[in-house]
Amino acid sequence: MSITEWMTLMEALSQGYIANLDDFYYLARAILVKSEAYYDQYDVAFQEYFKGVESPAEITEQILDWLKDPVNRMVLSEEEKALFDSMDFDELLKELEKRLREQTGQHDGGGYWIGRGGTSPFGHSGYHPAGIRIGGESGGRHAVQIAQERRFKNYRSDLTLDVRQVKLALRGLRQLSRIGTEDELDLEKTIDTTAKNAGDIELVWRRSRKNAVKLLLLMDVGGSMNPHIQVCSRLFSAAHSASHFKEFRYFYFHNCIYDYLYTDIERSEAISTSYLLHVFEPDHKVVLVGDARMATYELLNRYGAIYYYEQNETPGIVWLKQIAEHFTHCVWLNPEETYFWNHPTVLMIGKLFPMFELTLEGLNQAIKKLMVKK
Amino acid sequence: MINKDFDQFKGSSDYVASEDLRNAVNVSIALKRPLLVRGEPGTGKTLLAHSIARGIGKSLIIWNIKSTTKAQEGLYVYDTVQRLNDSRFGDRDISDIKQYIKLGKLGEAFVSPEQVVLLIDEIDKADLEFPNDLLNELDEMSFYIPETGEVITAKHRPIVIITSNAEKELPDAFLRRCIFHYIEFPGPELMAEIVKVHFPDIQQNLLREALKTFYMLRNVDDFRKKPSTAEMIDWINALMAGGISHENISKEIPFAGALLKKETDYNYFMNSLLNKKLSTYGIKWRD
Repeated sequence: MSITEWMTLMEALSQGYIANLDDFYYLARAILVKSEAYYDQYDVAFQEYFKGVESPAEITEQILDWLKDPVNRMVLSEEEKALFDSMDFDELLKELEKRLREQTGQHDGGGYWIGRGGTSPFGHSGYHPAGIRIGGESGGRHAVQIAQERRFKNYRSDLTLDVRQVKLALRGLRQLSRIGTEDELDLEKTIDTTAKNAGDIELVWRRSRKNAVKLLLLMDVGGSMNPHIQVCSRLFSAAHSASHFKEFRYFYFHNCIYDYLYTDIERSEAISTSYLLHVFEPDHKVVLVGDARMATYELLNRYGAIYYYEQNETPGIVWLKQIAEHFTHCVWLNPEETYFWNHPTVLMIGKLFPMFELTLEGLNQAIKKLMVKK
Repeated sequence: MINKDFDQFKGSSDYVASEDLRNAVNVSIALKRPLLVRGEPGTGKTLLAHSIARGIGKSLIIWNIKSTTKAQEGLYVYDTVQRLNDSRFGDRDISDIKQYIKLGKLGEAFVSPEQVVLLIDEIDKADLEFPNDLLNELDEMSFYIPETGEVITAKHRPIVIITSNAEKELPDAFLRRCIFHYIEFPGPELMAEIVKVHFPDIQQNLLREALKTFYMLRNVDDFRKKPSTAEMIDWINALMAGGISHENISKEIPFAGALLKKETDYNYFMNSLLNKKLSTYGIKWRD
């Protein structure tokens, strides 16, 4: 938030565009908050600050029922005006609560009770110089209640993501360079050569810019990853349908990377990890997805793999280290909250790869990490 | 609002605006700031501008943004090719540059003799720098044409509505100057109102069943693309045209293709429907 926005809010307030807390809630939100991702934080802050103001607002709710149709206005005498001018807002509120306790039914006209018309400082359609307007057009729930509902919780960017959001984040993965056929008009050169040709038009073409990023996705499937299957599949389908990569390859592993990586979720077709390291150039951007959580022997021991047929000659950690060293840009996305990362294998793997939470925020950070020049 | 000294937007007969949306629109009109509207596809962001224009009786100028749109095009275009052509084949006086200056949508809105509503549709489609290039023009409501030495100043400040699908982050400097509103997905009651605006003579029980089915489908998390308001309207149109009786809607879900646009969603849904039917005969087909 900046001074500009604050001044806009002040301008709106000074011009009298708000009549009550509801208006203020919407006004301040429209001016100060610029993304639905922050609506929830706004609600929380609003609730925190205006908690105490609730009681008079609830009185409003009750009174709304009594105040249905407008009754004619009355005009006060000069002395009465002077009398009421002396009341300030707090006094009025206290008085309102007092009178509400005393009053039991609907009331129109008159000079003391709350109701329609009349000269009591409370109620609507009435006339009172320093009065509080109750009810009227603005109906329904009041602002603090709306804030309490926290309907925008799901739009927070630190919560998990959908395919579209992932796709947007993946767009950050681009390195443009000029490749391919010459199919783009180079306007400046065209003008230059045309000028040199004394006005005879000569068109100059150049190669268009294309994304040079190659993405390699390695995903942990099965076992402890089952609860996260949905968020992982969203990440996968977003990466798969993103058309802007020069190359997109993916492999699966179970628990930890050992001698083999699998090309399908059922892990029936495999390539050896050493083949992968041999064939894939170091400039692939590597994204590993997994909870990195396993028994320490599964990571550190020979033959530590949980499935007996894997029979790994080389401990998982060595394979991971080789991957981290072979590729220049690697990140690890962990679908579990950072809160759970205090686990020996998670910490060890976290030392090899920069680890981020698999949320929109974490994903964006990871992508930034993938794009830094080394 | 207490101060009502401006053109108030109260919604129009063919568009149902929630209270907070009306509020945001009025704030933006009153403070003369552009209104930035975001929301799920199909929640009526673009229609809002049409409704505002109709609601307060102003004409509407639409500037559709594409990925290739440049900010300059909104101001004016200098048709140099036409001028070059004329210089070679000479049927016009090429020293009069004015005739080759064509105002863009923003320029049109500025020179209009009455106040207009200007819709800048899907601003996030354009280049990242696009909004920044418009900052000064939207602030000052004027721009300079160096070729002719003219300054185009807005006669009446247009009411600017900007829509975005959040495909790209908009620059902070731009956001600072806007009033922001996020159109939430409407709840069942608001949706019923919206449907009634489009189909005033819809049968109550048809509407009730359709709403029930629609929100049931929206609650399925497995769908890649959830059905939205626009799809709901299409679907009801299909139901009414097809003369489907309300009893069959929740059981059969006819014309599901109008609601589910992704092949995987559609297949997923048809499979589960098939399973449900078979299970009533005591047959288990597959998961």
